[in-house]
Amino acid sequence: MTDPVQSPVLRLEGIVKTFPGVRALDGVSFSVLPGEVHALMGENGAGKSTLMKVLGGIHRPDDGAIYVGGERVVMAGPLEAKANGIVFIHQELSLATELSVAENVYLGELPRKRFGRVDWKTLAARTNAILKKLKAPFDARTRVGDLSIANQQMVEIARALTVDARAVIFDEPTASLTDAEKVVLFDVISDLTADGVGIIYISHRMEEIFKITDRITVLRDGQYQGTVATRDVDEEAVTQMMIGRKLDLSRSALDHELGEVALEVRGLSCGELYRDVSFQVRRGEVLGFYGLVGAGRTEIAETLFGLRDPSAGEILIDGEAVRIRSPADAIARGVSLVPEDRKGQGLVLGMNCRDNMTLPQVDDLKAGPFMAEGAEIAIFDQYRDKLDIRTPGWRQKVGNLSGGNQQKIVIGKWLSMHPSVLIVDEPTRGIDVGSKSEIHKLLRALAAQGYAVIVISSEMPEVLHVSDRIAAMYSGRIMRTFTADEVTEDSLIQAISGLGDDRAA
Amino acid sequence: MHKGRLSAALKKGAIWGFIVIELIFFSIAGEYLSLSGKAFMDYDNMLLLLKQSAPIGIIAMGMSLVMINGNIDLSVGAIFAIAAIVLLDSMTWPIFSGLGDWVIPAAWLLALAAGTALGALNGLIVWKTGVDAFIVTLGAMLGYRGIVFMFNGENPTSHLNWTLVDMAEAQFLGIHTPTWFLLGVTLAIWFVMTQTVHGRNAAAIGDNREAAVNAGIRVGPHMMINFALIGFLAALSAVVFYSESGSVNPNDGRLYELWVITAVVLGGARISGGSGSAIGALGGVIAIQLLRKGLGHIGVDTSTVNLVIGLILIAVLILDRQLNVKGKGELRV
Repeated sequence: MTDPVQSPVLRLEGIVKTFPGVRALDGVSFSVLPGEVHALMGENGAGKSTLMKVLGGIHRPDDGAIYVGGERVVMAGPLEAKANGIVFIHQELSLATELSVAENVYLGELPRKRFGRVDWKTLAARTNAILKKLKAPFDARTRVGDLSIANQQMVEIARALTVDARAVIFDEPTASLTDAEKVVLFDVISDLTADGVGIIYISHRMEEIFKITDRITVLRDGQYQGTVATRDVDEEAVTQMMIGRKLDLSRSALDHELGEVALEVRGLSCGELYRDVSFQVRRGEVLGFYGLVGAGRTEIAETLFGLRDPSAGEILIDGEAVRIRSPADAIARGVSLVPEDRKGQGLVLGMNCRDNMTLPQVDDLKAGPFMAEGAEIAIFDQYRDKLDIRTPGWRQKVGNLSGGNQQKIVIGKWLSMHPSVLIVDEPTRGIDVGSKSEIHKLLRALAAQGYAVIVISSEMPEVLHVSDRIAAMYSGRIMRTFTADEVTEDSLIQAISGLGDDRAA
Repeated sequence: MHKGRLSAALKKGAIWGFIVIELIFFSIAGEYLSLSGKAFMDYDNMLLLLKQSAPIGIIAMGMSLVMINGNIDLSVGAIFAIAAIVLLDSMTWPIFSGLGDWVIPAAWLLALAAGTALGALNGLIVWKTGVDAFIVTLGAMLGYRGIVFMFNGENPTSHLNWTLVDMAEAQFLGIHTPTWFLLGVTLAIWFVMTQTVHGRNAAAIGDNREAAVNAGIRVGPHMMINFALIGFLAALSAVVFYSESGSVNPNDGRLYELWVITAVVLGGARISGGSGSAIGALGGVIAIQLLRKGLGHIGVDTSTVNLVIGLILIAVLILDRQLNVKGKGELRV
C-alpha cells in the first residue's frame, strides 16, 4: 500500500460470457490491487459466481482478457489458476472427509520422500504451523469428517496459506462461521494483505463488507455497475447499485379478503438447522421468507413437506395439530412444495410435459391396470391453459422448455393435487426477467384464488413484490416478521444480517 | 466427535471380532455336530485355512485399492484364468525347451505380465473414455473369459512341473508358500494405501472426486495404476495357485470377483470409495474362509453355505448404515 502507482495483481477486462439464451456476463472489468480487500457484490444471479468460474478456468469467456501481475493469462483449468497464484476458497466444502486435515490442506501436493512415500513429518509440521496461525482447535491428524462444518471451513481456508498466493478469492466464507471464528478469518485476511496479496471477498453481509473491504465492485444482471471506495459509500448506496432501481415497492395491493389460517407453526425446531420458528399463513395470503443462503428457510419448507423430522414444536393445518411423516403425507394434507432446484428436484427432464405434470397422482389415474391417458391429457390441458404454459404439445420433453415454462409445469403439477398450502422455494432462480414477472403475477393470482402461499426467496425485489408479509430469517431464527406496509429494504437487510436485534448474538 | 471415534473404532475392529465369534461358535458347535473327531481350531487346520484363503485374498488386496479409489473390477476372475493358462501353457512352448527348470521364472514373468497388461487395459479404457469402471470391467469379464475358451475350448489346460509343485508345497517356518505370498501382498498393499502419495491420492479421488480434481490431482493415471496392480495381483494369485495344481479348467476363477468384493466390503470398504483398508480386507477374506470351512465342519452342505454368507453380507451392510445415520436432522430419502 506504499507505492501510489502500484499495478494490480489481478485485472479482468471486458469479460463476456453467454450461455444459451442468457448473457451471464456482459463486459465486466475490474482489478484487484496488491494488499487490497475488494468486495464483489450483487444479487443472486447477478453473475458473481459465473465471473469466478471464468477466473478459475471452469468457464471459457467468450470475450475479454485476464491479467495476472500485468501478464495476460488464459485459464485453462483449476490448475492454471493455482499455478498463477490464484486460490479459491469455495463456499461449498471441497474436502475428502475420510482423510486427515493435513492431507486435505495439501491435497494434490503431498510432500514426498523416496519411493513415493508421503513425508508425514513435514506434512504434519507444515499443516500444524498453518493451523496454529488460524488458531484452529484441531490438529493435522484429525479426520475431516469428525470436524464440525465451521471447522471444515477452516480447513478449506488453511489451503489458501499453502501456496504463494497473489490473489485469494473468498466466496461467502463466513456463511458457516461463528463470530469468534470470523475474527480469526479476518486476521488471516489482514495477514495476507500485509504480504501484498489481493483479496476478492464475496459476501452478502453488509456489516462484513464495511468492516474489512477497501473497495466494492457491484454487478447486476451480468453487467458491471461500477467500483467504489468503501469509505465513500453507505449501505443504502450499495443496495441501490445492486438493485438498480428505486425499488418497485408498489406491491400488488391486497385486493381480496384473507381467509382462515391454513397453516400455523409453533416453536418449530430442527436440530441445529433452525430453532423456535413460529408463523402462520392464511388462505389468500403470500408469506415471504427472506434470508441468506443457509439461514434455514429451505429446511423449514422440507420439514413442512415431511422430508425432515422436527426436533420440537408443532405444525397445525386448518387448526389441527398434525405430524407430517412423509411427502405423501404432506400431499394428502394439502401441502405442496415447489423445490429450490427445479431441474434436480422438481422435474424429470427426460419425461414429457404431461407425465411430469401428473407424476404425483399417476397411482390414481388408472383405467384398470393401465394408465388413463385421457385423464392425464385433460389435466395437462387444464393447467396449460390456466398457467399459460407455452409448449408445442404435451409430448414435448420438459428438458427442452425454457426455465419459466418448466417452473410453470412444476407449479401446475402441484396445483393439480389441489393443495391448500403451496410452498415455493426460489421460484424464479435462473429464469429470465420477463418470465420472472409472469411467475410473480401467477403467485399473486393463486393467493387471490384462496391458496395460502409461502414464497422463499433470496432476491429482495422478488420477496418485496409478491409478499403480503415477510419473515426475515437469520441463522435459523425468524428475526422479525414485517407487513407489506412497514417493510423497508434497510430494515430487511438489517434483519437478515442479524443486525439491530439482540437475539442475533 | 467422541461418538464418531467410538463407532469408527468399533467398525475397524468389527471384522476381527466377527472372526473370534466364528472361531468360538464353530469350536463349540463342532464338539457336538462334527462328523470327524478333530477339533476345529486345530493348528494344522488353521494353517490350511490361511493357505486356502490365499487365491481370493491376494486379489482382494488389489480390490481394496481399486475400491478406495472409487472403482470396481469385475474382470479379476477372468484375468486369473488367463494368467493360469499362460503360466501352464508357456512351460510347454518349444522356445523355452532348452531352459530346463529355468522355464519356471520365465513362465511366471509371462503370466504376471499378461495379468498386468489386461488390468492396465481396463484402466486405460476407464481413464480415456470416462465410462464407469463397473461397465468397462463387466465387458472385460465377458471378453477375457471368451479368450479363455477360445484358447482350448472346454478342455482343461494341464502341465505338471514337479520342481514347481515342490516349491508351491514347501513350508517355510511352518507356513505354506501361498500364505507367505498372501501376507507379503497384504503388507505391500497396506504400505501403498497408507504410506505412499499414490495411495493417499487414490483415497482422495474415491472420497471426493471433485475436490481431488480441483486440487490438481490427475485422476486418470492413478486409476490406471490401480487397475494394472489388481491385474498383476490376479495373475500372482493364479501363479501361486496353479504352480501347485498344474491344471486349469476354462471355468476356473468364475465368481472370484464376487467373493473378492464380498470380502473387501466385509472388511469395511465402502462401495462408493474413499474408505477401506488392506488389513480389513484380509479380515474379510479370513472371515469368509472360516465360514465356509466351519459350516462344512459342522456338516452344513455347500449350497447352504452360500446362503449364509449372502445373508451375513447384507446384515453387515444394514448394520453399517444404522451406525452411520447422522441423527434427527437428516433429510429423508
